[in-house]
Amino acid sequence: MAKIELRNVRKLFGSNEVIKGIDLSLQEGEFIVLVGPSGCGKSTLLNLIAGLETLSGGEIIIGDERVNDIPPRDRDVAMVFQSYALYPTKSVEDNITFGLVTRHVAIAERERALADVAALLHIEKLLDRKPSQLSGGQRQRVAMGRALVRHPAVFLFDEPLSNLDAKLRVEMRTEIKKLHQRLGKTTVYVTHDQIEAMSLASRIAVMDNGTIRQFGPPEEIYERPVDLFVASFIGSPSMNLFSGRVIEQAGLRLQVEDRAGTVLFPIPKSLEAAARPHLGGELILGLRPEVIVREGAHRPGADTFLFERAIDVVEPTGPDTLLVFTLGGIEAIGRVDPQDKVPVGTMFRFEVNMNRAKIFDPATGLHL
Amino acid sequence: MSAQAVAGIVRAGGMRQRVLRVLLFAVLCLFCLYYLAPLFVMITTSLKPLAEIRSGSLISLPKQVTFDAWGKAWSTACVGVRCNGLKPYVLNSVIMVVPAVLISTFLGAINGYALTKWRFRGADTIFAMMLFGAFIPFQVVLLPMARVLGVLGLAGSVYGLILVHTVYGLAFTTLFFRNFFIGVSDGIIRAAMIDGAGFFGIFFRIVVPMAPPAIVVTVIWQFTQIWNDFLFGIAFTVGDSNPVTVALNNVVNTSTGVKEYNVDMAAAIIAAIPTLLIYLVAGRYFVRGLAAGAVKG
Repeated sequence: MAKIELRNVRKLFGSNEVIKGIDLSLQEGEFIVLVGPSGCGKSTLLNLIAGLETLSGGEIIIGDERVNDIPPRDRDVAMVFQSYALYPTKSVEDNITFGLVTRHVAIAERERALADVAALLHIEKLLDRKPSQLSGGQRQRVAMGRALVRHPAVFLFDEPLSNLDAKLRVEMRTEIKKLHQRLGKTTVYVTHDQIEAMSLASRIAVMDNGTIRQFGPPEEIYERPVDLFVASFIGSPSMNLFSGRVIEQAGLRLQVEDRAGTVLFPIPKSLEAAARPHLGGELILGLRPEVIVREGAHRPGADTFLFERAIDVVEPTGPDTLLVFTLGGIEAIGRVDPQDKVPVGTMFRFEVNMNRAKIFDPATGLHL
Repeated sequence: MSAQAVAGIVRAGGMRQRVLRVLLFAVLCLFCLYYLAPLFVMITTSLKPLAEIRSGSLISLPKQVTFDAWGKAWSTACVGVRCNGLKPYVLNSVIMVVPAVLISTFLGAINGYALTKWRFRGADTIFAMMLFGAFIPFQVVLLPMARVLGVLGLAGSVYGLILVHTVYGLAFTTLFFRNFFIGVSDGIIRAAMIDGAGFFGIFFRIVVPMAPPAIVVTVIWQFTQIWNDFLFGIAFTVGDSNPVTVALNNVVNTSTGVKEYNVDMAAAIIAAIPTLLIYLVAGRYFVRGLAAGAVKG
C-alpha cells in the first residue's frame, strides 16, 4: 500500500501538450477513477504513473519515493490493460507467475501465490489453458490475477472492462469493487464510462484536455459539478442545460423562450444570491432528467414547478421511460415511470424539483 | 477463410457454369503439365544409361533404371580438374547456408522487434533505409564487397560468403519480422515490462515464442535464397570453397569429353533437393505464416 503524489505533472508528445500540469494527491488505499472523454489524457496519465511513459515535467511520488527515473518493474505497481495483454503462448499459470519468475521468486512461494490468486478469482480449473481458449470474462480474470499475484503497492487499471459485454461488465465491476474492499490497495482506474466511475470510485478525477476539471467523491461530482463540462459529462442521460434570461417577477425567475411559448423557472431562494448579479443577463439552468418528472411524482417538500411541453420521442429503458421534448431550442429529457408514458405529440405536464436545479455562468461555464 | 466457409457459398448453376468449370480445370491441368514436364524429363533422364538417352526420345520412361548417374554425380564427376563429384561442394553449401540463415534470421528478429516495440527517434527512417537494401541489385555491390572481404581477410572463403549472405539477407529478414511484430499488441510488451522483464527478457520469453510463423517464413526464404545463390558464390569463392551451385555449373558446362546428360540431370537434382525438402517439410507453415499478419491472444 502506498500513497501517490502527482506534482505539476506534464507530458508532451512532440510539441503537443497532452498533460498540462496536473496535481493530484491519493491517500493510501484509495480507489481513484480518472474519467474523461477519449483523448483527454487519462490513459497517458496512468502510463506516467506506471512508468511506461517518461515525464516531461513535474514529479511523481509513490509511497515515499520519487519515481521519475525508476523503470516500471521497480515501481511496485501492477497494471491491467484494456486488451488484457495476456501472453498468448503461455498457459494461464505461466501468465500469472511470469512477474514472479522474472523477479526470481522461489518456486514454492510462487506456487503458493498462484494458488491464492487462483482461488480468489475462481480460475483454478483454467490454469493449464492458453489465453486463446478462454472467454472474455476469463481472460479478464487472468489479467487481474497477473496483477494481484505480486501484491504490488499500487494497482493500475486501463479501461479493463470496455471489451466485455454489458452483463459481464457489471459483474466484473462488482468483483473489482469487492477485491478492493478486501485488499484495500491504492488503485488508479481509467475509464470513459461515467457509470463505472460513479460506482467504483472513492474519489473521481474528471479530466478534460490534459487537465483535471474536478476531483472529489462521486456524490459531490454528481450533485455539485464545478462547471458545465463536468455537469454534462457525468450522468446518463446527461444534464439538461437550458439557457435563459434572469428577470424579477415575484422573485427571481429564469425566462426560457421558444416557439411553443415561454417558461419562467423560479430560481430557488438558495440560489438567489448567486443569480442576482446576473439580473437582466443570461444564465444556464441545469436540470438532471430525474429532476424533471410527472406532475405529482416528487416527494412532498420539494420546491416544485410545473410546465407543459409536447413529447417528441418516447424511450423506454425498463425501470424508467425517458420523454424527449424541446425547450428553449434544445432537446431535453425527462424521466417518468413506464406507466406514465404518453403517445408522441401529446402535451405533457412536467414537474421540476427546483431544489436540485443548478445554475451556471454562460461566460465562464462555472457553477454558481 | 476456412474451407467450410467457402464451400457454403451459393454458386450459380446451369450448363454455362458447368462448361466454364470444365474449361477452367482444363487450363489448370495444362499449366500443371507445363510446369512438371521439365522435372519429369530430368528425373527420367537421370535414371537412364547414356546409351538409352542417345537412342531414345526425351520423354520416354527409362527401359532400364540405373542409379549410376546419381552415384557419379555425387562422388566421381569432374568439377573442373578435380573428380570428386558434388559431395564436397554440397558440404560447402551446408557450411555456408546454416550459419548464414541462423544469423540473419536471428538479427532480423531482433531488428524487427526493436523497430516496432522499442520505438526510437528515426526508427521509421532506419527501416526505410534497410528496406532499400532489399531492392539493391546484387551486381552493384560485387566490387565494394570484394574489397571489404579482401580487407577482412575473408576473400575466397566460405566464411566470407557467410558474411555476405548475412548482410544482404538482413533487409529481407528485418522486413519479415518487422511486419509480423507490428501486429503484436504493444500491450503485451508493456505488461511484460511491468512484470519486470527487460529488452532481451521480453524478446526471448515473450516475443520469440509468438514468432514461429515469421521464423518459418524467414528461414525458408533465406535458405532458398542463399542455397540457390550463384552470383556471390562465383564472385567470392575459388575452387575448393565453391558452393554447390557453382560446382553444378562447372559440371554441366564442361567443354571436354562426352556430354553425360544423365549425370548433369542427377547433379542438378542433387543441388535442388535441399530447397525442395525444406519446402515440403515447412511449406504449409510458410503459407500460413504469410497469411498470419497478427496473432490473436
